[in-house]
Amino acid sequence: MDQYTLNLLVVGASFALYIGIAIWARAGSTAEFYAAGQGVPPVLNGMATAADWMSAASFISMAGLIAFVGYDNSTFLMGWTGGYVLLALLLAPYLRKFGKFTVPEFVGDRFYSNGARVVAVICLIVISVTYVIGQMRGVGVTFARFLEVSTDTGLYIGATIVFAYAVFGGMKGITYTQVAQYCVLITAYTIPALFISLQMTGSILPQLGLIGTYAPSGGDMYFLTKLDEVVMELGFSQYTAHSTSTLNMVFFTMSLMIGTAGLPHVIIRFFTVPKVADARWSAGWALVFIALLYTVAPAVGSMARLNITSTFWPNAVTGQALAGDPISLEEINTNPDLSWINTWRTTGLLDFEDKNGDGFIQYYNDANPELQAIATERGWVGNELTKFDRDMLVLANPEIAALPGWVIALVAAGGLAAALSTAAGLLLAISSAISHDLIKGSINPGISEKGELLAARVSMGFAIALATWLGLNPPGFAAQVVALAFGLAAATIFPVLMMGIFSKRINKEGAIAGMLVGLFSTAIYIFLFLGWFFIPGTATLANTPDNWLFGIAPASFGTVGALLNFGTAYIVSAMTKEPPVEIQELVESIRVPKGAGAATGH
Amino acid sequence: MAEDSKDNNAYWAANVRIILISLVIWATVSFGFGIILRPLLMGIYIGGADLGFWFAQQGSIYAFLALIFFYAWRMNKLDAEHGVEE
Repeated sequence: MDQYTLNLLVVGASFALYIGIAIWARAGSTAEFYAAGQGVPPVLNGMATAADWMSAASFISMAGLIAFVGYDNSTFLMGWTGGYVLLALLLAPYLRKFGKFTVPEFVGDRFYSNGARVVAVICLIVISVTYVIGQMRGVGVTFARFLEVSTDTGLYIGATIVFAYAVFGGMKGITYTQVAQYCVLITAYTIPALFISLQMTGSILPQLGLIGTYAPSGGDMYFLTKLDEVVMELGFSQYTAHSTSTLNMVFFTMSLMIGTAGLPHVIIRFFTVPKVADARWSAGWALVFIALLYTVAPAVGSMARLNITSTFWPNAVTGQALAGDPISLEEINTNPDLSWINTWRTTGLLDFEDKNGDGFIQYYNDANPELQAIATERGWVGNELTKFDRDMLVLANPEIAALPGWVIALVAAGGLAAALSTAAGLLLAISSAISHDLIKGSINPGISEKGELLAARVSMGFAIALATWLGLNPPGFAAQVVALAFGLAAATIFPVLMMGIFSKRINKEGAIAGMLVGLFSTAIYIFLFLGWFFIPGTATLANTPDNWLFGIAPASFGTVGALLNFGTAYIVSAMTKEPPVEIQELVESIRVPKGAGAATGH
Repeated sequence: MAEDSKDNNAYWAANVRIILISLVIWATVSFGFGIILRPLLMGIYIGGADLGFWFAQQGSIYAFLALIFFYAWRMNKLDAEHGVEE
């Protein structure tokens, strides 16, 4: 069976499974549509949360981000997992006790203000819409590579599948599909990792392989030492070294942590469990399932980096890379194990060019003066591996390591599962904010249960159409847009929720002022460097460390935005009148688990 | 009612204390060992990785897991002690 048929079979089977689950778990009421009837067991909710949270960025991009930068990008590993500690300790149990359906609903009730609720809806929509663009792109790219259709066609297919199970199933359908998607994505991620770790370090567990010895050279040297040696020989910076600003690294990690804890589509997953105690356990289970991927990712990244480097410099395996010849063009075109190089070249994610016409491809850092000296001596005229997109690393990994065809097909299904599960969660957060917070909350409070359910489905349909359109026409910097999503979640949603629970003194004036200051300060700082509304060429300042305020990068600014939000809310609240007694009683009641009981819809 | 709210205050104070202790550990393993203190830990190795590198890419995740499960277990006990469990 050829690879294409295999891909089609595996991906087709996974899609059939998702649709089957959706038919089985149709939502019949708004409680089921918004919160799966609050009857999801904590372990299953943990699994669904893991799939909801782990997006195309986690599955497709993260290992590549670590592979080509090394230690400095550990920020993603700590930031995207550390947020769950904040979620479990500071938000999830209390919001579950509150017992409503959406994040803006909590903000509106706790701060006794429809204005606060609407500001929260705006923040939620900006965050979730920017986030969904990346997922739709991920679906398109994966389809384009593995099923040989255009990126646009892939996007339409993906949108149709999400439409089928999210519109009919609501949160209930999404929950059980996410459980299935988690199983697909984690299998797809770990199986190649086990193979590669065994090949490279002799240890089947990637977590141990990472700190183990390098097998191909006889195990006389640690894997990380070998990797450092090889990349430095080619003029790249040391893999394990810390080479960026410490302050910025701390702020970026913190932004990712509080941004994660403030993402509405993750928070609403904790509304689906039966009890407060379940919300606490569920956060733990979510992190167990996330950690299965996140502890493997640094091994996948580092091993792929060494694998790729030694593909281009075969002598790197047993000795000094530069002591042997680089790979020849003839070898790339004739060796079946290297056919992935040409396959991926057709997608545009990888490219090479024999600049000096010697029939070999020299891969090195041509900006490094030491390597420039060697290059001049040997007649090289620049790095000839002209493009290696970070996003192709995980998808191409099984081919690079020459793994069997079914593993490659599985990775295709896994990438799609990661992107679709996150897209569905985001779309639900968007549609419930529109139908429950805007329509039911402001425009037409008298709407019937049936009317609201229909409104929820229609808004979901519109949200999918919008996401598809944005996926087809992504804004200038698709990757940077994610910085905006995390920055805003960190600077708006997280602080307002935390203050709503931990302080009885913060009032509606303080909460609204805080959210607005967080929203505008973060958005303006990001736009200053990345272009106003991400329109290319409109950036006010060059995006370089010299221009950054105290060396804080735009993506790290969410931490500052959050601090400004907290500060503003405290000062404004102190100057205005304290919240009414019934609000103080509401805060008292959400702090105590007793009496959460069944769903209190309204 | 007054008794209730007094006990609820004691429950909340105990909860906040557990949260603070947990967050100190949370910050120490990630921002501390993983980033700021890494140069000081350079001499200590876990296999091929220095301790700071290991915490940044592996250890802090395990510590986060332990913290969340510890908190869930401790709070369920606290709920029962104060009679506020569901």
